[in-house]
Amino acid sequence: MEKVVTRHFGIENSQRLETYLQHGGYEAARKALKEMTPVAVIEEVKKANLRGLGGAGFPTGMKWSFIPAANPKPKYLVVNGDEGEPGTFKDKYIFERDPHAFIEGVIITCYAIGSHKAYVYIRGEYEKSIHTLRAAIAEAYAKNYLGKAVMGTAFDIDIVVHPGAGAYICGEETALLESLEGKKGFPRLKPPFPAIVGLFGCPTVINNVETIACVGPIIAKGAEWYAKLGCEKNGGNRLFCVSGHVNKPGVYELPNGTTLREIIYDHAGGILNGKQLKAVIPGGISAPLLTPDQIDVKMDFDSLKAIGSMAGSGGIIVMDETTDMVWAAMIAARFYAHESCGQCSPCREGSGWVYRSIKRIYHGEGRMTDLQNLPGIVNNIGGNTICAFGDAVTMSIGSYVTKFRHEFESKIKESLT
Amino acid sequence: MPKVIIDGQEIEVAAGTTIIQAADKLGISIPRYCYHDALPVSGNCRICMVEVEKQPKLQIACYTPVADGMVVKTNSPKVLDVRKTVLEFLLVNHPVDCPVCDQAGECKLQDYYMEHGQYNSRLVDVKVKKEKKAVQIGPTVMLDQERCILCTRCVRFTNTITKTNELGVFERGDHSQLDVYPGKQLDNPYAANVVDICPVGALTDKDFRFKCRVWYLAKTKSVCPGCSRGCNITVEWDKMRPHHFKKARVMRLKPRLNPDVNNYWICDAGRYNYRFIDENRITTPQLKDDLITWEQAIETVVKAIKSTKTDRIGVIASAQLTNEDLFVVGKLFKETLKVANVDYRVGQQPGNSDDFLIKADKNPNTAGAAAILGVPALSAEEIVQKAKRGEIDVLYVFGQDLVKLFGKDVVAEVVKKVKLLVYQGSNINETCSYAHLNLPSAVYAEKEGTFTNCQQKVQRIWPAFVPLGESRLDWVILSMIAEKMGTAFKYKNTQDIFKDIAATVDGFSEMTYEKLNDQGLILNKKL
Repeated sequence: MEKVVTRHFGIENSQRLETYLQHGGYEAARKALKEMTPVAVIEEVKKANLRGLGGAGFPTGMKWSFIPAANPKPKYLVVNGDEGEPGTFKDKYIFERDPHAFIEGVIITCYAIGSHKAYVYIRGEYEKSIHTLRAAIAEAYAKNYLGKAVMGTAFDIDIVVHPGAGAYICGEETALLESLEGKKGFPRLKPPFPAIVGLFGCPTVINNVETIACVGPIIAKGAEWYAKLGCEKNGGNRLFCVSGHVNKPGVYELPNGTTLREIIYDHAGGILNGKQLKAVIPGGISAPLLTPDQIDVKMDFDSLKAIGSMAGSGGIIVMDETTDMVWAAMIAARFYAHESCGQCSPCREGSGWVYRSIKRIYHGEGRMTDLQNLPGIVNNIGGNTICAFGDAVTMSIGSYVTKFRHEFESKIKESLT
Repeated sequence: MPKVIIDGQEIEVAAGTTIIQAADKLGISIPRYCYHDALPVSGNCRICMVEVEKQPKLQIACYTPVADGMVVKTNSPKVLDVRKTVLEFLLVNHPVDCPVCDQAGECKLQDYYMEHGQYNSRLVDVKVKKEKKAVQIGPTVMLDQERCILCTRCVRFTNTITKTNELGVFERGDHSQLDVYPGKQLDNPYAANVVDICPVGALTDKDFRFKCRVWYLAKTKSVCPGCSRGCNITVEWDKMRPHHFKKARVMRLKPRLNPDVNNYWICDAGRYNYRFIDENRITTPQLKDDLITWEQAIETVVKAIKSTKTDRIGVIASAQLTNEDLFVVGKLFKETLKVANVDYRVGQQPGNSDDFLIKADKNPNTAGAAAILGVPALSAEEIVQKAKRGEIDVLYVFGQDLVKLFGKDVVAEVVKKVKLLVYQGSNINETCSYAHLNLPSAVYAEKEGTFTNCQQKVQRIWPAFVPLGESRLDWVILSMIAEKMGTAFKYKNTQDIFKDIAATVDGFSEMTYEKLNDQGLILNKKL
């Protein structure tokens, strides 16, 4: 299988410019800037069926085309490297193992959307990523891949690296913009969408790190090649982050359309200690749980949506038969209660309420009424909030409560006797 | 312009109008916490969600603009259900300490709970404990973080209206709390407006707290007399429990909406300028050291006037008086008695001012006085100087504190020279002790009438209650004098006077009380 984003990961000193250049580095950017119009670049990405790999799966080329060319304001590219979704650890590898491929993607994307400044928002805890990317950016500036009139063209581009300060919500794209502007990370009301009013009130494209890392190869090898790697409407490969009860946890680049079963059993080496699978989160903590009977699903955006879950960030969390699902639900609920930004009432108050209820059940203080109330309370959050965080609480916690209701029930019954 | 149908009623509104605004125009009140007409939309409380046809999810009415052909339901089962759930969420960590909360009775949590909540409590968990309960965050405002529903109205007020940025929401999730920024105090000149816009009991008025339950209050429309802006206010007074709070009548003043004058706001100086209504009042006519009857008082005045040549009479009126009072001042002294020395300008030092509401002229009716009394021959200062020189025998002063304006020595000298110094006013000041005759008059909250503000806007005030003690309305006192002189005015009420003003004073023509209503009218001739 052909690797795209991880193609240089095994090479020694892959983070260095000279290594990158030895493997055809910056040729795609040169091609885009010298031989293609911005519109042609966007068309190529559209044809590649590249979809946003941060989790929403929005067609990338289409997103770029929403930037109004006639708007006289500056345009910005903002790269979301906050990577806060529990179970997700792929962007960090891109920053650390192939930062120049990422930078090249930034250059091409900026050229396509008419931007001369890109902000890279990196999760603050990723010290090594920040350090490695900054070093790579310095190398790129020194060789004029970044800065004024890059590679002998008339195109100027600057990249600013901005470390986050630790809030999960700053991975929500509009909260990220607020944070970049120096404000508290509160998601914005939409519309207007960032393509029209984004960073500092200017048209802005926000893309995930992995998405950007795919742009160079698409330009270098063509849309058709990329589209063919994946499945219909979802081109290319994906980085799957497998964690939990498996023998070989890690990041796996596999074609979109690979089944969850293959990922768990063929690539990640199966369940730890030969145990049975009990549940698996397919796309980061916010994706509804799947049960063992559902793991033949293909891991592309559309297939997962069809069975009521989502591809999300590609973070696969595997839980074996010994996992206490009430405990797992409590951990997830604690995370949401801790990370709710507190802006709108249902999420702010609901996430804490849900956590305290589950915690009570876990500690043997639950009542049957808790179990009757929980699905309703959880449902009242989603769909009623400013951003998708509320939906995540509903989907995630809701799936524990409905799919493993019997575990909650026996926990309560135990404590009643 | 888009046409929208809300709950079956069609309305055409300007493009960009939001659903909540269009519904307000139809008289359909969609519940709201964070939305406020004068503040930027925040969209955080989620109680205003409504059903928009063809949209899968409910939409917030405060932010969603109407579109042509849009069909909105504000009372569908789905909408009512969400309201209930939002209320339930807002009460998860609310202390529900209504019995000891000063907001009770005007609290939107209570109101909407009665209207849309009414469920059995499902809350069994311990509530999040927040630190600041009944903590003063500025000279006028108290904070209770647990009662706060984090709607951020107050934050947006300090960000966008006063631009002083004292308030913020700190922490995250259900630990979020409203507070002043470290080292800051909520001490801007308009700070207490946050109490008015706070929909719950999180921000309460330090001055008003625990004085009176709000349901005992009667409300009377009025205009702030504190400066020439003439902010529209409501005088809130204790009608049903007169034994409360030192038996004072007025419990608080609240701003009253007038988009052309003060919008929803008032300055703190104006808001707390009410104690003089009940305190330090002159309540009985007094001749030197003797309390006398009104009959005796009027006789004293008339006797003095009759025995004095017109050019030896001086009158110092006041721009604190209403248009109606000033008109009768003019009618008695200028028209009937032909006194030339009548002025209202006292050479006051300009007070503080800003570019928002506060004006340097601390009188509510300077423009009205100018329109009605015109430009007098002599200024107040010249009249006083004349009196000092012994050229005035009767000096009639309306509410002005001559001691404060001209100094003790001057007033002492004046009193020695004049035969009668009359002080007609509502409150005791130093001039009273020099005056031969003190006539107790009513304060603005006891009057019906009009003030003309700095924008030349004529605005009505209404009497909340009768004048305190023996005090009487200024125009009534003057009418008694006229009657005793044998030239009765026959005014039954201020409306009669205003008819005369409209008929004879430039700028007021065709104005009536009905037309002025409670928002006022601009003088129809610029002065």
